[in-house]
Amino acid sequence: MAGIKVDKDLLQRVAANARLNLTDAEIKKFLPQMHDILDAFSRLDEPADLNEEPSFQPVPLKNVFRGDKAGKCLSQEEALSNTKHSKNGYFKGPKVVE
Amino acid sequence: MKAQSALEFVAEARTGRIDLEENTHKILDKVFASEKYNFFNSVSKDLALHQAKELNAKVKSGKASGKLFGLPVSVKDCICVKGIESRAGSRILSGYLPVFDATVIAKAKAEGAIIIGKTSQDEFGFGTFSANAGLGFKVPKNPLDFERACGGSSGGSAGMTAFADFPHVSISESTGGSIACPASFCGVAGFTPTYGLVSRYGLIDYANSLDKIGSMGKTVSESSLLLEAIAGHDEKDSTSLNEKISFSPAKSPSAKGMKIGVIKEFFGQGINSGVSRIAWDSIKKLEKEGAKIREISLPLNAKYAIPAYYIIAMAESSTNLAKYCGMRYGAHESLSGSFNEYFSKVRSCNFGEEAKRRILLGTFARMSGFRDAYYLRAMKARTRLINEFKTAFKDFDVLVNPTMPVPAPKFSEIEKLSPIQQYAMDLCTVPANLAGLPHISINAGLLQKMPVGIMFTAGHLQEERLVQAASALEALK
Repeated sequence: MAGIKVDKDLLQRVAANARLNLTDAEIKKFLPQMHDILDAFSRLDEPADLNEEPSFQPVPLKNVFRGDKAGKCLSQEEALSNTKHSKNGYFKGPKVVE
Repeated sequence: MKAQSALEFVAEARTGRIDLEENTHKILDKVFASEKYNFFNSVSKDLALHQAKELNAKVKSGKASGKLFGLPVSVKDCICVKGIESRAGSRILSGYLPVFDATVIAKAKAEGAIIIGKTSQDEFGFGTFSANAGLGFKVPKNPLDFERACGGSSGGSAGMTAFADFPHVSISESTGGSIACPASFCGVAGFTPTYGLVSRYGLIDYANSLDKIGSMGKTVSESSLLLEAIAGHDEKDSTSLNEKISFSPAKSPSAKGMKIGVIKEFFGQGINSGVSRIAWDSIKKLEKEGAKIREISLPLNAKYAIPAYYIIAMAESSTNLAKYCGMRYGAHESLSGSFNEYFSKVRSCNFGEEAKRRILLGTFARMSGFRDAYYLRAMKARTRLINEFKTAFKDFDVLVNPTMPVPAPKFSEIEKLSPIQQYAMDLCTVPANLAGLPHISINAGLLQKMPVGIMFTAGHLQEERLVQAASALEALK
C-alpha cells in the first residue's frame, strides 16, 4: 500500500462515493493529510507473513436464532416522527428519476 | 467533610431520608451553573424532575429499590434517550428525538437512575481531546484548568464527573480509548468493559466491532456500580455476550499475590517522563503490598495497533455514517435536485471536518482495489495483536501502563497537532480497545497540578480482576 498515491482525482472519486462535495479549500487541506496518514498506516505492510484469519469481531460470536414470532416494533407514526419530509404516511425523498 | 459516595447516596435515598425532587432541583441548578465548562449538549430537566417525582412516590409506597435509586446520571450524547435530543455531538443529527431508550438507559432507569442530560463529545467520537466538536457545538473545558482539554471522546462525561461535588455517575462510551483518556485527563475512574458485555442497542454507532458502552465515577466502586447496572445480555444486540460476571468491589481490596505485567513499550519513547514516573510509583506501591510485578513486552501491539485500529475504525465509521442523508431524522434541507445531489448537500454542510476526513479515509480503505491492502490486512493484524495479549495473560492477571502519554494538553497545544500526531496519542489505549479487552483508568497522581491516569487491562470477561487491582491501588492513596 506504500506505493498508492492519493491525487486530486482519486480524492474526488472517493468523495463522490461517500456523497460529499468537497470545496477547493477542503481538497487543499485533506490531500496532504491523507498522504501523511496513509503513509503512517503503511507500517502495516511490514509483517510479511500475515496469514491469520481476519478478526471481524474481537470476541468470537455464535449465531443466535429466535423463534419466528412477531415482536414489537415502531408504529408508523413513531417511525415518521423525526422526518420533515413525509407524505401520506411515507417518507418523501428526492427525485430518483428525472 | 468527605463527600457522600454514590453508593452511600443510593442506600440513603432508598430509606426515604432524601427528598429526591428537592435534591434533583439542587443538582440541576449546579448543572446549569457549570454551563461555562460545556459539559452538556442538552440538559434533560423535565425528564429528571419527572423521574424524581416518581421515585419519591415509590419511597412513599414502600417500593424503593434499585442499584441506582435516585442517583443523578449523565449520559454521553451518542446514547439514545427517549424524547431527549440525541446528536452524538453532530449537527447532522440536529433535532433527533429518539422514540426509544437505548438498552443501557432502560436498564439504568429500571434501577432508579435519574437522567440529567447528554454530555459533550467529539463528533461521533472522532477525537482524543473532545476538541473535534461538531458544527455549532461547544468544546468541554477541563474543570481543573480552563485552558486544557477534558480528553476525548467522552469529555463532557469525565469533566462533569470530576466537577460534581454531589453523588453522580456517567454513562460513557469507548471505541479506541474514549473512556480511559478523558478519565485520565480529569482524574476520575473510567471503566470500559469487555466488548459485548454491555448492549450497544440504541448507541449511535462509531465502529461496530469496537464500540463499548462503559461507565465513569469518582472511584472504582462508583464506576463498577454503574457498569454492573447496565451490563447483561440483550437479544436486540447481535454481538451481545450471554455471560454473567461479577463486578462486586472486593470487601478488602488487596493486590497480594496478583501477577501484574508492566507493558515496557508504554513507558518508553513518546511517553512524558513525569507520567512514567508517577505510574511506576503506583506500581511500586502495589509491589510493596505483595503484588508480583514483572515487565512484559508487547512489541506487535506497540507497533501495529494504531494503524490497524484507525483503518478498521474509519472503515466501519464510513459505513455507519452513510445512513445520514437528511430524510428520516436529523438535519433536513429543502428537497431539491436528484437523490445524489440532495444527500451530498445535506452531508457536506452538516458533517464537521474530522468526520469528513474519517469518512474519506474509511471509504478509501473499503474501495475496490484497496480493500485487501488496507481493511482486510488490518483485520488480520488484529488477530495477531489479540493473540499477543492472550499469550501475555497466560502469565499475568492484569497488565498495567500509563493511560495517556501526557497530562491534559492546552487547547493551544492541540491546535498545533496534525491529525496523525493526534492519532498517535492513543498509543496506550488503542491496543486493549482493538482486542475488546476490559480496562480501567484511575488517577495515579498529579503532574504540575494535572491528573495522570494509570490503566489496568485484563483478559476477556475478567473485569473482577480489574476491580481488585484498581481498588487495591485506590486504597493505598
